[in-house]
Amino acid sequence: MIDINESVMQFLLAFVVVGPLLGAAAALLPAPPGMKGKSPEQAVLRHGVTVTGAILVAAIVLALGFDHDHPSKMQATTDISWIPALDVRIHLGIDGISLPLLVLTALLTFLCALYSYFKLPAGPTPKAFVALLLVLEAGTLATFAVLDLLLFFLAFEMVLIPMYFLIARWGGEGRTRAAWRFILYTLLGSVVMLLGLLLIGLKAGTFDMVALATDNGRSLTASVQVIAVLAIGIGLAVKTPMWPLHSWLPDAHTAAPTVGSVLLAGVMLKMGTYGFVRILLPIAPDGFRDFAPYLAAFAVVGIIYGSLACLALAKQGAKGDLKRLIAYSSVGHMGFVLLGIATMTPTGVNGALFANIAHGLITGLLFFLVGALKDRTGTTDLDTLAKETGAALYGKAPRLGGLLAFGAVASLGLPGLAGFWGEMLALFGAFRPADELSRPAFLTFMAIGAFGTLLTAAYMLIVVRRVCMGAVPQEGPKLADVHTYEFAAWAPLVALTVAAGLWPKALLGLTDPAVQQLLAGGTR
Amino acid sequence: MSSLAASAQPLAASLVQSVDWLAIAPPTIAAVVGLIALVADLFVGEKKKALLGWLSVAGLAVSTLMLLPLLDGDRSTFCLTGTPDVCSYTADRFTLVLQLLVLGGALLTALLSVTALKDADKGLPEGEYWFLLLSSAAGAALLPASRDLATLIVALEVASLPAFALVGLRHGDKKSSEAALKFFLSSVTATAVSLMGVSFVYATTGTLYLTQIADRIQNVDGQLHTLAQTGVVLTLIGFAFKTAAVPFHFWVPDTYVGAPLPIAAYLSVVGKAVGFSGLILVTVVALPSYADVWGPALAALAALTMTVGNVGALRQQATRAYSAVRLLAWSSVGQAGYLLVPIAAAAYSDNAERSIGSTVAYALMYAAVNLGAFAVAALVGRTQLLNRLADYRGLYASNPLTALLLAFFLLCLAGLPPGIIGLFAKVTVFSAAVDAGLGWLAVVMAVNVVIALFYYLQWTALLFRAPEGEAVKHRVPAPLTATIALTGVLGIVLSGAPQLVLRFADTGLF
Repeated sequence: MIDINESVMQFLLAFVVVGPLLGAAAALLPAPPGMKGKSPEQAVLRHGVTVTGAILVAAIVLALGFDHDHPSKMQATTDISWIPALDVRIHLGIDGISLPLLVLTALLTFLCALYSYFKLPAGPTPKAFVALLLVLEAGTLATFAVLDLLLFFLAFEMVLIPMYFLIARWGGEGRTRAAWRFILYTLLGSVVMLLGLLLIGLKAGTFDMVALATDNGRSLTASVQVIAVLAIGIGLAVKTPMWPLHSWLPDAHTAAPTVGSVLLAGVMLKMGTYGFVRILLPIAPDGFRDFAPYLAAFAVVGIIYGSLACLALAKQGAKGDLKRLIAYSSVGHMGFVLLGIATMTPTGVNGALFANIAHGLITGLLFFLVGALKDRTGTTDLDTLAKETGAALYGKAPRLGGLLAFGAVASLGLPGLAGFWGEMLALFGAFRPADELSRPAFLTFMAIGAFGTLLTAAYMLIVVRRVCMGAVPQEGPKLADVHTYEFAAWAPLVALTVAAGLWPKALLGLTDPAVQQLLAGGTR
Repeated sequence: MSSLAASAQPLAASLVQSVDWLAIAPPTIAAVVGLIALVADLFVGEKKKALLGWLSVAGLAVSTLMLLPLLDGDRSTFCLTGTPDVCSYTADRFTLVLQLLVLGGALLTALLSVTALKDADKGLPEGEYWFLLLSSAAGAALLPASRDLATLIVALEVASLPAFALVGLRHGDKKSSEAALKFFLSSVTATAVSLMGVSFVYATTGTLYLTQIADRIQNVDGQLHTLAQTGVVLTLIGFAFKTAAVPFHFWVPDTYVGAPLPIAAYLSVVGKAVGFSGLILVTVVALPSYADVWGPALAALAALTMTVGNVGALRQQATRAYSAVRLLAWSSVGQAGYLLVPIAAAAYSDNAERSIGSTVAYALMYAAVNLGAFAVAALVGRTQLLNRLADYRGLYASNPLTALLLAFFLLCLAGLPPGIIGLFAKVTVFSAAVDAGLGWLAVVMAVNVVIALFYYLQWTALLFRAPEGEAVKHRVPAPLTATIALTGVLGIVLSGAPQLVLRFADTGLF
C-alpha cells in the first residue's frame, strides 16, 4: 500500500523476530533511572506493553509496506548463513500466507500485555511473566517468519519452555499436571517432526523451504515423502491439535491463566496448521496426497468429537468448565482447518487459512471474556455459574453478557462474522477435492463436517442461554461491567471479527495468490 | 675402529628416533607439572599449600595453550623407521580437538578443586591430589593421539589408575573407599578383558599399529577368523566400560557420590572423552572392515545406555541424600548413549568422518555445560552438604545469576531453547542417525529426549520456586565464580555461534 524501501522492510522483519528476545532480556534487568515508574512491578509491566506495542507497530508497518499486488512473492527477505555445518541459514521472509498470522500474533500478544498491565494474574513476580511472554512472542513470530526447516524447528521449540512456566506458575487448579502434559506431549511430537525434517533436508540436500517448495518434491522419492509426511505430520498434528492427539489441550487451557489461554488458542495452535500449509503441502505433495484422506477423516472426527464433548459439558449438572468447553470447541474448529488443508485445493486451503485467523480472533476473545467472568465470579464452572435458571449476565453485566453472546455466535459461524467464511470454504473445498483424491470420501467428510456446524450452533446457544439469560436475583451482588481497559483489549478483536466477516476479500486476496502458487509448485 | 663406527652410525640412526617435542608438549607438560607438584609438596609449608593448586592450574593452562602452535598441520612422531607413515603418536585435528576437550575439562576441574581442597581443610592431601589429577589428565591427553594399541592401553591406564586413587582419596570416608573399590575392581576387569582382545588382534594381524591392523585384518587366515572377531569384541568391551555404557554403568552413581565433587565432574567429562576417543580409534581407524560387527553392537549399546541412564535419572527422589549428584551421574550415562549414536552410525554411513565429527561436537557441548552444572552443584554443596535436589529450591531468590546459568546448563543438556547449542548438538546426532538409515535408533533417541526433559525441567523449575523458609545465600569464592562464568560464557557464545563446534561435524578430522 505504501512504498517502503526493501532494506527497511528487511530490518522491520528482523526486528519483529529479534525485538521480543531483546525485550525479554531487558525485562530481567533492573529498570534504568527515570523509568522506574510507581513500583518495579508497574515498570516491568509497562515495559511489556511498550515492547509488544513496538512489535505490533512494526508488524503493521510491514503489512502496509507489503506489496499487495504480489502476495505470492516472498518479501522482506533476509538470507544469511548461520551454521554452515548443518546448512542452517537465517532465512526470513513473508508472503500472503504468513503475513496475516504475523500480524495476528503481534496483535494478540500486545492485547495480552495490555490486559496484564491492568490485571496481573496471581502468581510470582511480574518480571518473569513479562520475560516469558516476550520469549513466547519471539518464538511464535519466528515460526511464521523463518524459511529454513531447522530454524522452523528451533522456533517451534522456543515456545515450549515459556508456555510451560506460564501454565505451571501462573495457572489455576491442576496446573502442574497440565503443564507437564502440555510440554511432554508437544515435545514428543516435535522431536518426531525433527526426524522428518532431517530426512527431507538430508535427502533433498537443502533445508531451505523456498528451494524445497520450488522443487515441489521432485528430488524426494515416494517412500521418503511418505515417511517424512508421517513424521512431520504427527508433530504438527499434536500441536494443532488433531483428534486423537488433542488430549493435552483441554487440561492446558483449563489450567492456564487467561493470557496463556488466549495465546495458546490464538496463535500457538496456528503454528501446527501453518506447518501443514508451509511445509507438507509444497515440499512433499505426493506423500501428503497419500495421507490426505486419513487427515480429513481424523479432522471430521475431531469436529464431531469436539462438538459432542462441548454438548456434554454444556449440559446441566455436568459440572462443565467454560474454559474446558472452549478448548474442546477449538478441537472442532481446528478440525475444519485440517479438513480444508486435506482437500489440497486452493479453495480448501484458503478456507483453512481464513478459519485460522478467525479462530484466533474469536477464541482469543472468548478466553478473555471467560477470564473476566472468572475474575468477577471466582469460577468458570457452568453449574455453579448458572444455578437453576441461568447466570443472567444480561441483567447483571449487560455489556459483558452482550460480548459473550457475540463471541458465541461468531464462533458458531454466523454469516457476516469471521467464523463463517473459513468453515464454509473448507467444506466447499471438500465438495470438490483435488483430482487425485477420492471425491465420494470427501463428500462424506463434507456432510459430516456440515453436521458438525449444527452441533456447534447447538452447544454455543446452550452456553449463551445458561450464562447470559436467566432470572436476575433481586438482592444479589451486582457484577462489575466491562472496564475501560478490558474494552480496550477486546474492541480490536470484535472489530476485526466483524471486518473479516463483512470484507473477507481483504484476507483472501492476500492468501489466494500465495496458495495458488504453493499448490502449483512452490513459492518464489 | 673407523669401519665399526661407520657401521654403527646408521644403526644408531635407525634406533634413536628424533622426537617432535612440540607435538607431544600438551600431555608432557601436564605430566611434568604433576611431578613438580608432588615433589614441591614436600618443601612447601602448610600455609602455602594453596600455591600447588595454582601451579597445577597454570600448568594445565599452559598445556592447553600449547595446542595452538600445532594448529598449522598434522604432525606425527614415534614413527617406524622403515615405514615412516606408521606412527605411534599423531597430532591431527581429531587429536587436537579431543586434547582441547580433555585439557580444558581438566583445567576447569582444577579450578573447582582449588575451592574443594580449601573447604576440605586438610581432609584431602594436596600434593597427592594435584599429582594424581595431572597424571590422569596427561594420560587422557595422550590417548586420542595414540595410534597403536599398546600406547592406547597404556594411555587408558595412565588416565584411569590415578582416577581410582582420586575417588578414594577422602581419608577415613567409608563411602569414598567403597566407591573407589567398586570403580577399581570393575575397571580392572574391563582392562584385562580388553588386553586379551588386543592380544587376539595382535595374534591374528601381527601388528599393533592401527592403520596396519586396518589393512591386515581384512586378509586374516580363515582359521583365525573367529579369533579376530573375538578380539574385536573384547577390545571394545574395555572402552565401552570407560564410557559407562550399559551394562558397564553400575559403578557410576556410587562412584560419583563417593568421590570429591570435582572428581565426579572430571570423570563425567574427561573420563567419558577418554572412552570415546579410544572407541573411535579402535572402531573407525583400526577396524573399519569389521563395521558389520561393531555397528549393530554399538547401536544396541547406545539405545540401551540412553534408556537405562534416563530412566535411572527419572527415578531420583528429590529428598534423597546426594540426589543432585546421583541425577547428574545417571544423566551422564544417558548422555553417553547419545554420544554413541554417531559412532554406531559411522558403521553404516559412507562418510564415517562426518559421523565421528557429530560425536566430537556433541562431546564439546556436553563438556562445557556439564562442567557448568557440576560447578553450580559444587557451589550448593558447600553449604548444603547432602546436596539433595530439594536444596536447589529457591536458588533464584538467593543467587539469581547462578540459578539462571544452572537453568541454562540443564536446558542445554535437555536440548531445548534457550539452550540452543544443546538443541543443535542433538540435531547433528539425529542427523547422523537419519543419514545412516538408523531410523529406529533415532526414534528411540527421540523418546529418550522427552524422558530426559522431564527430569531436567523438573530441576530447572525447582530453582525458581519460592524457597522453603529462609533462603540460603551461597557465597561464591573466586575460583568457583571463574568456573561458572567460564562455562556459562562458553555455553552462551556457542548458542549464538554453534558453528564453532558444529564445524567438526562437517569436515574430516583424521
